[in-house]
Amino acid sequence: MSMAPDLRARAEALGQTLPPLLAEAEMLAATVMLGEHGRRRAGLGDEFWQYRPAHAGDSARMIDWRRSARSDAHFVREREWQAAQSVTLWVDPSKSMAFSGDKSRAPKADRAKLLALALAVLLLRGGERVGLAGLAHPRAGRAQLLRLAARLAGEDASGEYGAPETEGMVSHGRAVFLSDFLGDLSTVETALARAADRGVKGALIQILDPAEEEFPFDGRTIFESMGGTMRHETQQAGELRARYLARLAERKDRLAGLARAVGWHFTTHHTGQPAHSALLWAYAALKGGR
Amino acid sequence: MFMVGPIGFAVPWLLTALAALPILWILLRAVPPAPIRRRFPGVALLLGLKDAEAETDKTPWWLLLLRMLAVAAAIIGFAGPILDPEVRTEGSGPLLVVVDGSWADARDWPRRVERAEALVAEAGAEGRPVALVRLTDAPQVVVFQTAEAWAGRAAGLQPQAWAPAMADWLVALPEGRFETVWLSDGLDHPGRADLMSALQGRGTVRVIESPRPLFGLHPAGFQDGKVTLAASRLPADDPASVEVIARGPDPHGIDLELARATLDFAAGAARAETTLDLPPELRNRLTRFGIEAARTAGAVSLTDDSLKRRKIALIAATPDQEGLQLLSPLHYLRQALEPTAEIIEGSLTDVLLASPDVVVLADVARLTDAEAEATLDWVERGGLLLRFAGPRLAASDVSRFQEDPLMPVRLREGGRSVGGAMSWGDAKALAPFPEGSPFFGLPLPGDVAVRAQVLAQPDPNLSDRTIAALEDGTPLVTRKAVGDGQVVLVHVTANAEWSSLPLSGLFVQMLERLAVSTRAAVPGTAELAGQTWVPQVVLDAYGQATDAGELPGVEGQVLAAAMEAGPTLDLPPGLYAGADRRVALNVVGAETELRPALWPPSVPVEGLEGRAAQALKGAFLTAAAAFLLLDVLAALWVAGRLSGLRRVVAVVALGLVTLQPQGARAQDAPMPDDALALEATTAVVLAHVLTGDRRVDDVARAGLTGLGDKLWQRTSIEPALPIGVDIERDELAFFPFLYWPVTADQPTPSPEAYAKLNQFLRTGGMILFDTRDADVAGFGSATPEGQALQRIAAGLDIPPLEPMPPDHVLTRTFYLLQEFPGRHPRGGLWVEAAPLAEEEAPVGMPFRNLNDGVTPVVIGGNDWAAAWAVDDIGAPLLPIGRGMAGERQREIAYRFGINLIMHVLTGNYKSDQVHVPALLERLGQ
Repeated sequence: MSMAPDLRARAEALGQTLPPLLAEAEMLAATVMLGEHGRRRAGLGDEFWQYRPAHAGDSARMIDWRRSARSDAHFVREREWQAAQSVTLWVDPSKSMAFSGDKSRAPKADRAKLLALALAVLLLRGGERVGLAGLAHPRAGRAQLLRLAARLAGEDASGEYGAPETEGMVSHGRAVFLSDFLGDLSTVETALARAADRGVKGALIQILDPAEEEFPFDGRTIFESMGGTMRHETQQAGELRARYLARLAERKDRLAGLARAVGWHFTTHHTGQPAHSALLWAYAALKGGR
Repeated sequence: MFMVGPIGFAVPWLLTALAALPILWILLRAVPPAPIRRRFPGVALLLGLKDAEAETDKTPWWLLLLRMLAVAAAIIGFAGPILDPEVRTEGSGPLLVVVDGSWADARDWPRRVERAEALVAEAGAEGRPVALVRLTDAPQVVVFQTAEAWAGRAAGLQPQAWAPAMADWLVALPEGRFETVWLSDGLDHPGRADLMSALQGRGTVRVIESPRPLFGLHPAGFQDGKVTLAASRLPADDPASVEVIARGPDPHGIDLELARATLDFAAGAARAETTLDLPPELRNRLTRFGIEAARTAGAVSLTDDSLKRRKIALIAATPDQEGLQLLSPLHYLRQALEPTAEIIEGSLTDVLLASPDVVVLADVARLTDAEAEATLDWVERGGLLLRFAGPRLAASDVSRFQEDPLMPVRLREGGRSVGGAMSWGDAKALAPFPEGSPFFGLPLPGDVAVRAQVLAQPDPNLSDRTIAALEDGTPLVTRKAVGDGQVVLVHVTANAEWSSLPLSGLFVQMLERLAVSTRAAVPGTAELAGQTWVPQVVLDAYGQATDAGELPGVEGQVLAAAMEAGPTLDLPPGLYAGADRRVALNVVGAETELRPALWPPSVPVEGLEGRAAQALKGAFLTAAAAFLLLDVLAALWVAGRLSGLRRVVAVVALGLVTLQPQGARAQDAPMPDDALALEATTAVVLAHVLTGDRRVDDVARAGLTGLGDKLWQRTSIEPALPIGVDIERDELAFFPFLYWPVTADQPTPSPEAYAKLNQFLRTGGMILFDTRDADVAGFGSATPEGQALQRIAAGLDIPPLEPMPPDHVLTRTFYLLQEFPGRHPRGGLWVEAAPLAEEEAPVGMPFRNLNDGVTPVVIGGNDWAAAWAVDDIGAPLLPIGRGMAGERQREIAYRFGINLIMHVLTGNYKSDQVHVPALLERLGQ
């Protein structure tokens, strides 16, 4: 797909301005896979941390003989405790994400993929393992980035509204859902519940077109969903604006409430805004863990 | 043609399509506007929302109405509507076209003729016989002829300067029935109503009137030493003002506008009056008043002698004695003449210089040779010498043996007295005035008696010269012509000593008849009767005065009647000359009222121009297109697709809003003086202060241009074009030199301007103040310019001044000069005073050093700019002095200017020259 290199290049450019992202690893004991999360304490990892005199109980294998030979005592070579985080990204593949309210704006899906890939770039640079829910298992390394890009670009739109995918989510890992969340909220609820069960923390990024936020329509209109399965006819679209906006606000509140309940973060991002702001938010959300 | 109100239709059957409009209504109403399909993911949120108004699914009624209107307008438009179509009323029978043809018609005569011609041609096209009648003509039998016979004649018709005699035409109307079109002048002439009813009795009548306002100028009167003017107008509606121009010959006989007055009509006022104060010399020359731009005879008022105030010199032999006024020979004359004439008194030679119209000699017998010669000369040039007899004349031997040139007859010695205690017979009464006498027609009061008189020698021509006699035939008043003038002798005294004539009203009338005094404004029948009045100047209907030519004279009674009733066919308006005076017969008399003609309500009255048929097709189709355009917008709005448009409108509005303040700011901000600075600094520029007096500024500019030219030619200073400087606004620092012509009414500069000026002076600038008053006041306060200069200079930081010493550096900066003329040859200059010897500063700096020795101000009054001024091609603009001396003066003025600019630009460079003798001496030559 020709889109893949382009998407990747843009994602790389977007991620250029931020330092490598290290998603906070909370449940370290459960995560046996090593990553580049230096813990500033001795533990499992690749990096040298310190030499310490060998205690009783240290197995002979643990003694660093080369160091011990330079003195009379025995030393144990300790490594810095490092742990890699698994981050699962889910990008809504539904048709509703293909909407753009203006010719000059890219569809929401584009923005969602861009954000996802930019996050992946940052995370991978930080040594984390990144995967796509249902599409790619979390792995580390640059090669994973290529894989992610190809998967994202190659994804075909399906379904009117997307339901968050929890498959492939690593326990006590991290997850980021990028969607417009205009579909059935119960699927989101279910997904979040499952994530909470597995101890996964993460962020919900709602990506909306400004047209969806403002409802700038008037007059006699038939509204159709992107797939064409849903339709609503009105004589005075302008009359509906207030009620639509109220419903939208209600939905956002609900999403925020759901996220709060399971310790997730929630934000709404508009395709009219620069992608950078959303990336910054996601960076903070994944880093801070609060 | 199918007509609806004033609108006719060319293709009326198309209007049936209007019946389809209700069907269209139903059709349109059933079809709602098409919805827009939108893909919108947010539809999930919309599901279940209900529309507030369900019925808007039909087309809104106003949109329907708009569309119906559009369609209706299109249908009507294609049906070819015509406003005021020419409805040809197929008349039948003869057509009589009546034209008033009065002076009031003159205001738009060509259009009247056009209309009359059109009517004639129309009738001709319909094959109807036509007659064309001008009511101002003498009544004649009206004969209906073919239109061809009238075609040429209608074009040749002209209005007449008098009112139509409508009553006379009643009998001249043709028999039978006919249709009448009456082109009325809009005035109510006597007999109009009768003529109208007579015409109505014969057939239908249409009236055509012009809506143009009509002005009539009443004859000028004379009251309290001022000329009173009055004008009437028709119709009396809005306030208006008209200019009245008084014309008359100038001393060379060329007809000129002598004065001008404005008559202001108040709203609704039909009459306006004003007064005009003219000096007698001018007033006596007036020949006519006319309302400007009104080309009718009614707007012109000829003046006759009634406006003229004669200058009458009264001379008595003895000076008036105090306390004996009733015996004074001049008392009665003065009483009679004072109200109507200007009286001058003095010695004969003195009063002749004032060129009086009449000289009255009351009992003056003997004139010196010089006096007699001067008087004779004056009489021959047209003067009237009126002599009264008296004891002195009776006792003298003037004209005793030989006729004196200044006496009409020879006199017998001593005279006679009748009716006294020592004489036979009674005092004599007057005989009726003979025909041919200027007094003919005056009534004789019974109580006038003559008790004494001087007697004329019975010469052959005595009877010819007698213009009034006593009962017994002895001459009482004799007259003879001398050159252009005449000499009249009244054989009695001018006081009541010899007769009771001076006590009677007849005395005044006789004086009037002799054209000694002025008459009442409008001569009455009594004054006009008995003479034949010959027209000299007649007015045509347009108010143009032409020579009367061979028109016959009229009887005084007839003229008097015409003065009341207005001019007629036999008596055209103009100037009528009697024996010794002229009477003006004007179209509009003093009491004439302009009354509008009121027509019976049954008579249709039209304006002069036939209402042009107006095709309305274009208007209707345009309206249809406009409706459709509106419909497009409205439909878009209803369908909610106007948001984009709204945005465009908003952007445009925003653009306008944001653009406007910028533009306003650019205008409000003080103009950046960059242009001025650039202009002033790219070359040496001489500047003059703008005084606000256009002429002075122009001369100053031209003067500096001329000086600049000379500098360019003769020196290495090459100034650019001069700049006028507004000291309040402009920056002065760019200029080395300011020329400041002082005008009396120049405003005092503001404190800011003073600050700038002082800065300018302190930093080496020089101002040349020019009071342009030739220094007549010697810089005192006598001339207004001098005062203005004092006022202006009070705020300036000017050092002590002194008259320019002969060794001042200004006398030798380029040329060696000793005087500094401008337009005025000599007037001094004031410059900064040289420091006193003790103040003289440090050793080694022997010379004045402030500003490099340049005096900050030079003050003079020689009007240099006028001498320097050149026009566009470089030739001198104003004359200076006389001949070559003047040219020399101009040259010296230029040299002064060059010296001045040199002084400004080089400072004290040349002041060394002052010390040349000392230097040479030091060098040991």
